[in-house]
Amino acid sequence: MTLVVVTVMPKKGVLDPQGQAVQGALAHMGFAGVSDVRVGKRIELEIGGDDPAGQATKMCEDLLANNLIEDYSVEVAG
Amino acid sequence: MSAARVAVLRFPGTLDHESAARAVEGVGAEPVFTHHEDTALPDGTVAVVIPGGFSYGDHLRPGALASRTPIMGAVKAHAAGGGKVLGICNGFQILCESGLLPGVLRPNASLSFICRQAELEVADSGTAWTGGRAEGETLSIPFKHHDGAWFGDPGSTRVVLRYRGENPNGSIDKIAGISNLAGNVMGLMPHPEEAQDPLLGSVDGRVLFAALVA
Repeated sequence: MTLVVVTVMPKKGVLDPQGQAVQGALAHMGFAGVSDVRVGKRIELEIGGDDPAGQATKMCEDLLANNLIEDYSVEVAG
Repeated sequence: MSAARVAVLRFPGTLDHESAARAVEGVGAEPVFTHHEDTALPDGTVAVVIPGGFSYGDHLRPGALASRTPIMGAVKAHAAGGGKVLGICNGFQILCESGLLPGVLRPNASLSFICRQAELEVADSGTAWTGGRAEGETLSIPFKHHDGAWFGDPGSTRVVLRYRGENPNGSIDKIAGISNLAGNVMGLMPHPEEAQDPLLGSVDGRVLFAALVA
């Protein structure tokens, strides 16, 4: 089994209301100097068989990310 | 002659199927609840309704998991043959995630769940879904959603309904409902199945169900 980590993030330029809400809260709490916050998700996959990174990429294309609004990256973690 | 059959899809987390079924009966058709793991629509199905709710708990993205279930293969084949499909709220999200309609529904700009009556402007009178209402006429239909901001290229679709007045959720061009270019697949965030009875303040949702069997 290979651990593959997929990171899905809102595309740059697409409004991320969750990130904006978090940024607002941080400012209210006194954390100065945060110029942008974006919230995405991390998906950990345990994959057997050949080419786990390739399989994960296909999964991203078919389900895990919506390419209209999200970018993804695939990292083989071990 | 038996009534026309309309498949009403049910996924884990579908909520509004009973109201949708009543609305189907209201236009003289026979609703048939259809399970997400079925690979075919019921025999004699003339149209499909995908009701609202929170299929699969909205996990990953609203509609994403439901759109990949076996029954959606049958819905795609039905639509490809010109059959009518109406997706309401979560059903609209499922249609976008399945590729039957363009775009995607994103979280409301306010991040709030919004529940109220909406005044909708008919933006395209050329589809069956607005029952011959002229462009600019109003349909009063309630909505209730957290992820209702349609995002996409309006040029890739037919904008059938827009919100009047203030944009409630941040959707592109105040879009409330769209159809595919052929006009047989319709999705909208407001709930026409809840605008069927004068007791509830409006019967403007009837035209969308009448279109299923028109």
